[in-house]
Amino acid sequence: MEKLITDLKVKIIDALNLKHLKPEDIGDDQPLFVQGLGLDSIDALELIVLLQQDYNIKITDPQEGPKIFRSVKTMAEYIRSHQSA
Amino acid sequence: MKAYIKGIGSISPQPGFGNEPFHAPVTYSEGVLRCIEPDYSTWIDQRAIRRMSKIIRIGVAAATLALKEAGIEKPDAIITGTGFGCVEDTGTFLDKLIENNEEALNPTPFIQSTHNTIGSQIALLLQCVGYNQTYSQRGLSFECALQDALMMLVENPENNILFGGVDEISDVSADFLKKLDLFSDCADSLGLFSQKQHGMIHGEGSAFFVINSSPSNAWAQIAGMASIYKPQSASEIVQQLNDLLNKASVSVEDVNLVFLGKCGDDRYDYLIHEVSNSLSHRTRKAVFKNLCGEYSNASSFALWLAAMMLKKGFVPDGILTEEKNIAKPIKVILIYNQYLNQHHSLLLLKACG
Amino acid sequence: MESKVNVIGMGVISAIGNSVDQSITSFESHTSGISPLTLFDTVHRYLPVGEVRYSNAQLSDMLGMEKKFNRSTLLGIYAARQAWRELNISKKWRTGIVSGTTVGGMDITEDLFRKYKTQDPTIDYHDIRDHECGSVTERIADDLGIRNTVATINTACSSSVNSIIYASRLIKHGLLDVAIAGGVDALTKFTLNGFNSLMILDKQPCRPFDETRNGLNLGEGAGFLILVSEKVLKEESLNPLCQIAGYANTNDAFHQTASSPDGRGSYLSMEQALKISRLATSEIDYINLHGTGTRNNDSSEGIAVQRLFKDTIPPSSSTKSFTGHTLGASGGMEAVFSVLSIMQGCVFPNLRFTSRMTELKFDPVVEFKRGLNINHVMSNSFGFGGSCSSIIFSKT
Repeated sequence: MEKLITDLKVKIIDALNLKHLKPEDIGDDQPLFVQGLGLDSIDALELIVLLQQDYNIKITDPQEGPKIFRSVKTMAEYIRSHQSA
Repeated sequence: MKAYIKGIGSISPQPGFGNEPFHAPVTYSEGVLRCIEPDYSTWIDQRAIRRMSKIIRIGVAAATLALKEAGIEKPDAIITGTGFGCVEDTGTFLDKLIENNEEALNPTPFIQSTHNTIGSQIALLLQCVGYNQTYSQRGLSFECALQDALMMLVENPENNILFGGVDEISDVSADFLKKLDLFSDCADSLGLFSQKQHGMIHGEGSAFFVINSSPSNAWAQIAGMASIYKPQSASEIVQQLNDLLNKASVSVEDVNLVFLGKCGDDRYDYLIHEVSNSLSHRTRKAVFKNLCGEYSNASSFALWLAAMMLKKGFVPDGILTEEKNIAKPIKVILIYNQYLNQHHSLLLLKACG
Repeated sequence: MESKVNVIGMGVISAIGNSVDQSITSFESHTSGISPLTLFDTVHRYLPVGEVRYSNAQLSDMLGMEKKFNRSTLLGIYAARQAWRELNISKKWRTGIVSGTTVGGMDITEDLFRKYKTQDPTIDYHDIRDHECGSVTERIADDLGIRNTVATINTACSSSVNSIIYASRLIKHGLLDVAIAGGVDALTKFTLNGFNSLMILDKQPCRPFDETRNGLNLGEGAGFLILVSEKVLKEESLNPLCQIAGYANTNDAFHQTASSPDGRGSYLSMEQALKISRLATSEIDYINLHGTGTRNNDSSEGIAVQRLFKDTIPPSSSTKSFTGHTLGASGGMEAVFSVLSIMQGCVFPNLRFTSRMTELKFDPVVEFKRGLNINHVMSNSFGFGGSCSSIIFSKT
């Protein structure tokens, strides 16, 4: 799980072009949206693409986004549970 | 209603961002003149810049500088002209569309590809809810933006209007246009007009201006403009020029300098040559596309340069068509631009103070 | 400055018909133009769209034109000629065209790009020549013989209403006497995939202003108005269909694609359009809503309408339930429908409405009605980049 979380942080920084951040700047439980990193709805869509491209997980309803992408940890947990399914 | 330029900002293949005179223009050896981009850290919020492609960066930064120069925090209107729009993002989205067979496509390049992204990003950063327009009329895109800005000022004389022109080169667009036999190599861009050239040199850039109706501390006065779509003859252009000068109460002899938007390729320059030759031999002439290259909004670079000359008395090397020193101060500049010999425009400027 | 701008002609082509008459018939019979996509091959062929029923080849034949023109140009010339052919006035007037488009020649460009990527030897680089938005307008200008003013606006979905506004202002400033203004957009893989990547396309026919709405359907087409000054109207003894009474463009400055929850940009554009027209909210007889069917737009626009009109909310509907969202063409097309509303005293139904949006206290019109006293119509168009435009047409 730890490796997945670290990998995710690198991928998020790359996918969202957060050049001013390093992986260690993002807390595992830090909120990604609104406060925390302050990501927006376009970023949420980009994370949906990331899940599909890198983890083969397709999210068809964008309304699921806020729950899955609450933090890097919730993202990792979602990936884990959907990959083993 | 008189219109005065109160702030200017430009990012181009030449130095000069910051509106500092540069006397040694840069020459390029491959016929592609890309912008000298500044350090954006003092100009654009780092969190906002992450999605910005080059055209948006250079548009936002030039606009921000123009507003700073004018001492304006928030303009009443933002009007942009762009010929090809956001080509880099358009190409990125198309690329992925084909590569991924329409699956799992990143939305960011699509969103950023719409032509009005530049103007809307400026509005977003400034929280400006005023009029916001984007024109895309090829070689007259900047002129449409200027025309709208002038009309805005008549309708709202107390307003500060931000307007500008911006276009970018992407590797793909450069390749396409070269294969279309529009652009070609050139070993020395600065020396463009001292050789026969088949094909133009490809440029890009952003130039923004703030105008209002007060002459104090102005860079220049915009005394009139005219756009001509597909002129049928040189005499049609000369007629428009005479009308423009009459309306501005300026005689041909008053014009100290004519900026000629020649591109160096006779396929497109022949009308501008004819008009230029019909002007008095005493009228000083200058060129500018050996500095900025050819692109839809090259006339915006010319306006920036003209404003610099009128306010700062600065004449960069390599633009005067004759070697003689300019005897009297430059008070009136006429910019005559053409693009692919389809879009001709005339812009008259007067010095202030 | 001139005070009045008169509408004396119009032309339209969309999924609901190739003319003004066919459009009215579709509205009256509640016949939607939304159907499965057939225009091009795509993995998303399940998505409902509002297609014009002709291929490029058929359009070229009908227009008597060279087959290589892009679809936007063909649709644009079709609608522009329709508006233009009734016009029988002196050639002395300064005539211009202002057109809005977002895709330009993208249908040909995306094909060209594929060949470029795959190094296809049959590639013809000349296909790029009409890619630019401005090129589409120039083809229409050249077809109609217009040279005085040629301008193109690209502000996403508000492009063509902004074009009508700009043309009106050019006439008011005495820079033009006659203008053809509106816009065009064709369906392309680029926009289909673009909107799909934003996850705002409904897999079902759209339900604007409905609580269960789930996105928009893309459409295509063109709509143009012919505008003339008072001087031209009088000298040529023309009968105006209506006048341009007011207009405004503002910016939401909230987000690149999403509208602000309280619809501040749309509130301002409607408010300022009313101010220019000197009309009270109670005098607006019908609003042609932007009404795309997305959760965000309809909520934002609905709340803004409510805030502004308070107890005097007029009959309102989204004709995108018939045509789909035609992007850059929508404002021009809906301007034609707004003029029709005044001419025929009618309001258009908002198809597939079943349940009121929880945040609103009004419902859109669901039945076509004729014989009403329609004096003033407002039409809204809101685009990406926060572009918010409203225009008001008035009976003369």
